[in-house]
Amino acid sequence: MDGESAVPGVQANRPDLKARAKKFGRKFVSQRYLQMMVLLGVAWMIIFNYIPLYGIIIAFKEFNIIHSIAEAPWVGLKHFKEFLTDENLLYVLKNTLGMSFFKLLIGFPLPILFALFLNELRNVRFKRFVQTISYLPHFLSWVILGGILTTWLADVGIINNMLMALNWIDEPISFLAEPSYFWTIVITSDIWKELGWSAIIYLAAISSVSPELYEAATIDGASRFQQMFRVTLPMIKGTVSILFILAISGILNSNFDQVFILRNQLNETASNVIDTYVYQTGITQGRFSYSTAVGLFKSIIAFILLLCANFVTKKLNDTSLF
Amino acid sequence: MRGKRNLGDSLFDWGNVLLMVFICFITLYPIWYVLINSFNDGVDAMRGGIYWYPRVFSLESYEAVFKNKGLMTSMGVTVAKTVIGTVVHVLFTAMVAYGVSRKDLIGKNIYMLIGTVTMFFGGGLIPSYLLIRDLHLLDTFWVYIIPAMFSFFDLIIFLTFFRDIPEGMEEAAKIDGANDLKIFYRIVLPVSMPVMATIAMFHGVFQWNDYFTAVIYTNNPDLQPIQTFLYRIVALSGSNQIASVVPGNVVRTVTSQSVKLATMVITTVPIVMVYPFLQKYFVKGFMIGSMKG
Repeated sequence: MDGESAVPGVQANRPDLKARAKKFGRKFVSQRYLQMMVLLGVAWMIIFNYIPLYGIIIAFKEFNIIHSIAEAPWVGLKHFKEFLTDENLLYVLKNTLGMSFFKLLIGFPLPILFALFLNELRNVRFKRFVQTISYLPHFLSWVILGGILTTWLADVGIINNMLMALNWIDEPISFLAEPSYFWTIVITSDIWKELGWSAIIYLAAISSVSPELYEAATIDGASRFQQMFRVTLPMIKGTVSILFILAISGILNSNFDQVFILRNQLNETASNVIDTYVYQTGITQGRFSYSTAVGLFKSIIAFILLLCANFVTKKLNDTSLF
Repeated sequence: MRGKRNLGDSLFDWGNVLLMVFICFITLYPIWYVLINSFNDGVDAMRGGIYWYPRVFSLESYEAVFKNKGLMTSMGVTVAKTVIGTVVHVLFTAMVAYGVSRKDLIGKNIYMLIGTVTMFFGGGLIPSYLLIRDLHLLDTFWVYIIPAMFSFFDLIIFLTFFRDIPEGMEEAAKIDGANDLKIFYRIVLPVSMPVMATIAMFHGVFQWNDYFTAVIYTNNPDLQPIQTFLYRIVALSGSNQIASVVPGNVVRTVTSQSVKLATMVITTVPIVMVYPFLQKYFVKGFMIGSMKG
């Protein structure tokens, strides 16, 4: 009886499933051009994004040029241990964190201040003019900026000219050959290049602050400085927090292009950062597995930092990335 | 707008204007310094002290650049990779984005998931290098184009635009018997000019400025873009290894330094001409970026 009663149910289901499959198939055929367009993109992503993701496994293998990735023997955490006991680790980490720390300390608040002051300009055309000028450097490549810097810092460059004219120095200084100047050069040039560009997002946030708040503040007798720091700044706190989370999580990211262009063998002790170390060990020395392990190590730490920074800001003021 | 102005207000305003003029000066002067030195006689410039305008005006550094075969080849590579790379990137990304933007697309959520992962996780330097090697793209022109022809971030910008296209337009075309591919390039692309221009300019600037692709993926000097050429000069600055750039017959008035400056100026001109047009789209792009990122 039980068996018999179940049969009609199945029989009722089957044509339904078949019909659905047929309908699905017909729908798929009807959108075959759309599917083809999308699948080309998916194929591209599988090749150029997912195959390199799979390639990360060489960090746990002893990979060399002769074998394929799959054939290379597993070695576990060997390369990670090697990196953590490497004598270069200390100064590479010091350079990475040191430069990032000062970039954050000086380079993070400056665009906020710039946006606040720019917002106070009364003449709209002048404001737009200043803004347009301010993000020009963002569009110059680091190669061009490297060219500008080597020109400025050359023995007959403007910096040495000025220092000599002021009698502060007797001999021109080779700034890029001296490790002690490297961090200052990197941090200053980074701020010069990105000040205006980084301010854009704050300006966008400021533009959505209600004008009534300023009217109320003016009636209460608030000065312009007070309006900037007591009205505008608190209103863009959310944007500032989110960008701060991103900045913290990127603390292991050096600006690769910048450092790569300005570094040389003479300033190496102050200029080698994790990203250039990955390049140096991987591309220059051909230690593929080791280099990949260093890169993966960096990504994992960066991800943990992102989670921590997100957690802290969430606790502090209810804004978070996720 | 903000009530009456008093003395404190006026002082603040003038101080603020001065501050902004100062910032503009700091921003522009380093570029101006390169410009005037590139227009100065090269040997004379070695004495230093040129701050406001060229001391001995000369166009010979520029002549040396335009007469140099290697430099001109590099310039050609840069123009070719920028034009071809941008066209391919914009059309390909737009095409995929259009497919994903259709509401009833089967598997849409899976496709979006596949794409979103690519925005957060990457393989890194060596795995990417191995891929390019295995695809036999090393030392080919296509290494500039194919690995850069798609970006999921740009797809999202297209997507937000395509969603606003009224469906009626497509329905009408469908009734007339057009297939989706035809609708895409006959109807969707022409009405999407603003968003295409935005993506094109951003990708164009990327292609124009990119030097690193050539550093890792090519050894062939004939495939070297101008930025890579400059990179090698800048990286070698100080040592005299760039003397070979300067042709023998003009060596008296032109130095490797002045040729470098002239090359920098020529390389920068297109960027300076294009970037103000990008302005309109910054904020929009940022908003989308901050929403999705």
